[in-house]
Amino acid sequence: MIEVLAPGPLATVQDLGRAGYAQLGVGRSGAADRRSHALANRIAGNRPTAATVELTLGGFTARFAADAVLALAGAPVPATAGDRVVPLHEPVRIRAGEVLRIRSPRDGLRTYLAVRGGIGGPKVLGSRSADLLAGIVPVPVRRGSVLAVDTEAAADPRAEQGEALPAELVLRILPGPRDGWFGPGAVPGLCADPYEVGRDSNRVGLRLSGRRLDRARPGELPPEGMVPGALQVPPDGQPVLFLADHPVTGGYPVIAVVAEDSLALAAQARPGRAIRFML
Amino acid sequence: MTALLRCGERAVLAETAGLAEAMDLHARLAAARLPGVEELVPAARTVLIRFDPSRTSPDVLAAALDTLPAASGREVSGDLVEIPVTYDGADLAEVAELTGLTPAEVAARHAAAEYTVAFCGFSPGFGYLTGGDPALDVPRLATPRTKVPAGSVAIAEAFTGVYPRELPGGWRILGTTTAVLWDLDRDPPGLLVPGTRVRFG
Repeated sequence: MIEVLAPGPLATVQDLGRAGYAQLGVGRSGAADRRSHALANRIAGNRPTAATVELTLGGFTARFAADAVLALAGAPVPATAGDRVVPLHEPVRIRAGEVLRIRSPRDGLRTYLAVRGGIGGPKVLGSRSADLLAGIVPVPVRRGSVLAVDTEAAADPRAEQGEALPAELVLRILPGPRDGWFGPGAVPGLCADPYEVGRDSNRVGLRLSGRRLDRARPGELPPEGMVPGALQVPPDGQPVLFLADHPVTGGYPVIAVVAEDSLALAAQARPGRAIRFML
Repeated sequence: MTALLRCGERAVLAETAGLAEAMDLHARLAAARLPGVEELVPAARTVLIRFDPSRTSPDVLAAALDTLPAASGREVSGDLVEIPVTYDGADLAEVAELTGLTPAEVAARHAAAEYTVAFCGFSPGFGYLTGGDPALDVPRLATPRTKVPAGSVAIAEAFTGVYPRELPGGWRILGTTTAVLWDLDRDPPGLLVPGTRVRFG
């Protein structure tokens, strides 16, 4: 068991999310940066379906009630287990009664804490993921919360190489489905200059500001299905990049969708960071 | 060939002529269980098809769509749910003005129809209800509200919806219900699932 002494700005339990509930209006949710979440699980020797704690801007402190093996991946953070340094991407042993102290990342936004065996606790609609848009939080992570540790490890823990966050965040896009709602210059315009990530960004999406994307046709789009990575353009012409907790349907045209391998980078873009799109 | 719009690497959007066609395509796709199709999201004029790119492709899906067998023809007739409404909504007067009716007539016409949940989306438990009086087809608000209270019964573009929780929204609010639209301790958690018939009053 893990007693949360301080959750930091936002900590949630995340796994691969809940697929198959779109009919009820429930999205998939799951780890925002799936690559780092998966990496943390592999280093801890967990199954891909194991839950981790997704930390937003670090600041997480917890006491472990039993011996455990943990791993960190994602935004690089200074961290200690007891009096020992916890490097990123290496399995680390923590002993019963010791405190894990995670500070703030220098760059990036989300750090994943995997514990060998996986984070336990109840599931809702087949997943432990917190979906902040839907208000589904099966396993809360607050000051005083006690997190259970599962016993479903799959392999031996082992260190892995992780990729450092690049200085410039460049996200690959695929035009459509509604690029036809915009003028011919809109997609090149989207890729011309960087966009800045807004302060009101969250797990639902990144609010971006930059070159205005004007529609070439009037009228309203009836609601239609959305995907992670969708760049939805409201009437003000400033795109919103949908992340893990995006709504199942949306009513603004999607000019392009961010490629899957770039979505992990998008989830690490903190407010104020510049991001650039490329075809 | 059915037109498919690319929606990233793992989804395509199939466009249809209207809502009835979208519901029909969804029913046929759901029955066909095409290999590699992971999830379907039916909506007003589209069906989003999420797929596993290692098992299928947009071209394979487009070809398969053209040879889908017709739906079984069994009309899905769901349970009837009655939702009590107090017609005291913030937009009732404006809807009356837009439609040339009195507020009492708007309420009466809204309560007279039997609705069907066409699809869900926007937020868990939010159903898009069709079957309303055509006289009540009004556009969304020009500027959405940042907060619409839970239980608001609202209309926009020939749909009726009930806000399961406090949410931002641009639909025109006709009234309020005390019905619980979304409850995770219930199975299914949503009161309004596709096919459910609904009466207000």
